[in-house]
Amino acid sequence: MNQEILLDVRDLHVEFRTRDGVARAVNGVNLRLHPGETLAVLGESGCGKSVTAQAIMGILDTPPAHITGGQVLYRGVDLLQLPERERRKVRANRIAMIFQDALSALNPVYTVGFQLAELFRVHRGTSRGEAKRRAVELLDQVRIPDARRRVNDYPHQFSGGMRQRVMIAMALALDPEVLIADEPTTALDVTVQAQIMNLLADLQRQRTMGLMLITHDMGVVADVADRIAVMYAGRVVEEAPVYDIYGRPAHAYTKALLESIPRLDHKGRQLNVIQGLPPALTDVPRGCSFHPRCAYAREICRHEEPPVYQIAPQRIASCHFVREVLGV
Amino acid sequence: MSDLNAVTTAEAPGPAPDRPRRANRSLAGDAWADLRTSKVFWIAAALVVIVVLMAAWPSLFTSADPRDCLLGRKDAGASGGAIFGFDFQGCDVYAKTVYGARDSVLVALCATLIAGVIGVLVGLAAGYFGGWLDAVLSRFVDIMLGIPFLLGAIVLAKRLSSNPESNGVLAVIVTLGVLGWTTAARVMRSAVISAKGQDYVAAARMLGAGPGRLMFRHVLPNAISPVIVVLTILLGINIAGEATLSYLGVGLKGDAVSWGIAIAETGPYARTAAAPLVWPSVFLAATVLAFIMLGDAIRDAFDPRLR
Amino acid sequence: MSDLVLETRGLVKHFPITRGIVFRSKVGAVRAVDGVDLQLRRGETLGIVGESGCGKSTLAKLLVGLEKPTHGEIRVHGDDVTRLSGTAWRRTRRTIQMVMQDPYTSLNPRMTVGDIIGEPYDIHPDAVPHTGQVRAVQELLDLVGLNPDHINRYPHQFSGGQRQRIGIARALALRPEIIVCDEPVSALDVSIQAQVINLLEGLQRQLGLAYIFIAHDLSVVRHISDRVAVMYLGKIVETGHQAAIYEQPTHPYTQALLSAVPVPDPRLRGRREQIVLTGEVPSPADPPSGCRFRTRCWKAQPGCAEHEPLLEIRQRSSHPSACHFAEPHNVMRRF
Repeated sequence: MNQEILLDVRDLHVEFRTRDGVARAVNGVNLRLHPGETLAVLGESGCGKSVTAQAIMGILDTPPAHITGGQVLYRGVDLLQLPERERRKVRANRIAMIFQDALSALNPVYTVGFQLAELFRVHRGTSRGEAKRRAVELLDQVRIPDARRRVNDYPHQFSGGMRQRVMIAMALALDPEVLIADEPTTALDVTVQAQIMNLLADLQRQRTMGLMLITHDMGVVADVADRIAVMYAGRVVEEAPVYDIYGRPAHAYTKALLESIPRLDHKGRQLNVIQGLPPALTDVPRGCSFHPRCAYAREICRHEEPPVYQIAPQRIASCHFVREVLGV
Repeated sequence: MSDLNAVTTAEAPGPAPDRPRRANRSLAGDAWADLRTSKVFWIAAALVVIVVLMAAWPSLFTSADPRDCLLGRKDAGASGGAIFGFDFQGCDVYAKTVYGARDSVLVALCATLIAGVIGVLVGLAAGYFGGWLDAVLSRFVDIMLGIPFLLGAIVLAKRLSSNPESNGVLAVIVTLGVLGWTTAARVMRSAVISAKGQDYVAAARMLGAGPGRLMFRHVLPNAISPVIVVLTILLGINIAGEATLSYLGVGLKGDAVSWGIAIAETGPYARTAAAPLVWPSVFLAATVLAFIMLGDAIRDAFDPRLR
Repeated sequence: MSDLVLETRGLVKHFPITRGIVFRSKVGAVRAVDGVDLQLRRGETLGIVGESGCGKSTLAKLLVGLEKPTHGEIRVHGDDVTRLSGTAWRRTRRTIQMVMQDPYTSLNPRMTVGDIIGEPYDIHPDAVPHTGQVRAVQELLDLVGLNPDHINRYPHQFSGGQRQRIGIARALALRPEIIVCDEPVSALDVSIQAQVINLLEGLQRQLGLAYIFIAHDLSVVRHISDRVAVMYLGKIVETGHQAAIYEQPTHPYTQALLSAVPVPDPRLRGRREQIVLTGEVPSPADPPSGCRFRTRCWKAQPGCAEHEPLLEIRQRSSHPSACHFAEPHNVMRRF
């Protein structure tokens, strides 16, 4: 892994100002992404993982969302301070994003080939013929069979998995250095999911891209991620290399989550349950936000926000009882 | 400590803490919160309240009698209670305008009610049963929509009010009602189709519920709100429709007092005395606008896509 | 066998494809379920897995009577219920209930929780005397782990997991013997799924329920099921005890499916066998001749296009498998 830092999110805060009050969706998130690395951002719905991604991309709806603090540094330049024009350039050329729902991300009234070619023509000034040729080439790269013919099809003529490939092709068209994938396979069947994840991994290796994979699926993460950041209630509560986190989780939430999922490779006994619900972001508990659901919670967790402990060179965890959770 | 037990001995699933995600908010609750901050809604609502008060208790607004006309006061200016002056027959314009609200609103209300009942029933039947019934009803709605409103209304109202004794109220109500239900039916049909496909309807079917229960307990309550919005707008349109028919001489007549009649009667004299024409027109326009704005505001508030 | 509560024989559902609005003409049929035989015993869980479009949801609808089968029988305690109507049909409804996938759309937003869970009693007035209805609803709420005092609340005042509990309470109201669970946890958050799975397991022990558990998540199905059936294009291609299906799968499709499931253990990365299927699932309106999986199968021979493999125990397969070349192969074996 390269130690150069592509993307550096520092102390990011995002809040949603709604009628129900202020929802603190992202509450001081720090993330780093290196070239050729896959960072998985893992969490349940409402933990702030997608909002973080949207803030990095600059595609949050403002209002109701407001970025109230922090920096998003791309190769040292704070994207949040750039004027919108510059921002758009970065978004098109350097950082790309794919979504769960490919159908709504593609324009239904243009052929796939036209939409791809348009990217080259607008951003690269490529000629019509050349742009078309490169569109076919890209569809070939994302392993769409018979690309030369399918380039003239409309989005609805593709199956779910093929559509996801088209969206990946569009995201990669301008050779970005960072790809953010927000639940890219959640809507897909397992066999198709495996195909898409393999494709993403291969493309990433070929291009030494930084891949930020946003997901709730602990299985997918285990297969592809280098590092994992676990989010809960708008914070990164634990960050570690993938082998450490599955082998020895350091945060009570990560540990409980791992024990609550059924496994394919053995018929387990009763699942351990995490009681209660993730907190409403308008009303995050004081102290450690996980304490009402936590098996390790003591008095201190109710009052004091846990500090971020550096437990190994590449590992951090924000839990008062890191030692107990790790079992040392 | 007790929490530790909760995770390790999760034998029976414990009750999750009953803190709802969004406290006590429903679609209607959200819509109300939206409406409360909407200026358009409050202006429209205030106007509607005033018009309804005028229609119900005109004496609250004026002590004069609109039928108490003296030719001696012909075209006189404002004086005393008659703040808008007098028309060509020496009637109090203000009193006439106030009293005109009653027939205008009454006619529109009844017509809208008829349109609403027809529209809801046709839409419910077409949407719920589908198939050939839907095909037939939908084509019928298309045909109704193909009739030019004014032409249809004139023909119909003329046929219905052949009795010279009547004041034409019933004829106008029936005319507007019969011609006005199509939009409500279309909206109802599509709302029913989407409600019918919801899982909770399937769940009730699975329990053995019959078509009556499914239609009136599950589908109708979840499909009616867009129709109510349409009907609010229709109320405004019907007020204008009554005025139009009255102006054309096929609407209210005889001793009826309405804005349409007032506009029709005073139109020819507008060059010499504008006030008798202007004031009923202003009230008419304001009322129609108020109902349409009210309907629009409610529709926007209920549309989650606009949030 | 006396403890057989549910059995289907040659169950078929074809949806006609029609053209025209007033004058319809049939131009084809989607063969959503195409000859399914299954058995369910008292207190047992039968898991049904398959990818979208395999017909598992249609099968669920057939079992609970939301769709009428084109052919075949559904036997409850030995009696065919497909040809019942009126009162008799409604009585059998009480034996089979369903828990639906989406807790947000399966509850009528305009009814209180008490009305939703009590509706079965309104429809079947003989189930519980009218005066005892509120008590019965409160007992159900308590049974599924909700506060009985919340009987007058509306669905939107509950979270997704709690709504799913309400749906389970409604399904239990008529004291059914069989519950069809159609993706009951796939709409829920990871940390909530375990709560609902444990609830279902607890209720099964307590009430002796038999479950048909339909899901696309193979890990969840393994966890909760005693036996498993794998569906592909409207047919069951392999069925057996969960350990047999997961550890000794004999049908190529089952093997491919299992190999594609990500396992939350990074140590297995690159050490698990991955069978990547090529091509797409054929349209159920025009399934391949012979073996339906042959178009994507690496074992396919010319004969597969002509002879349809029956779902039966074979020389090398100790449990029923619909493949001419059935052969056990543990794709989850660690190297």
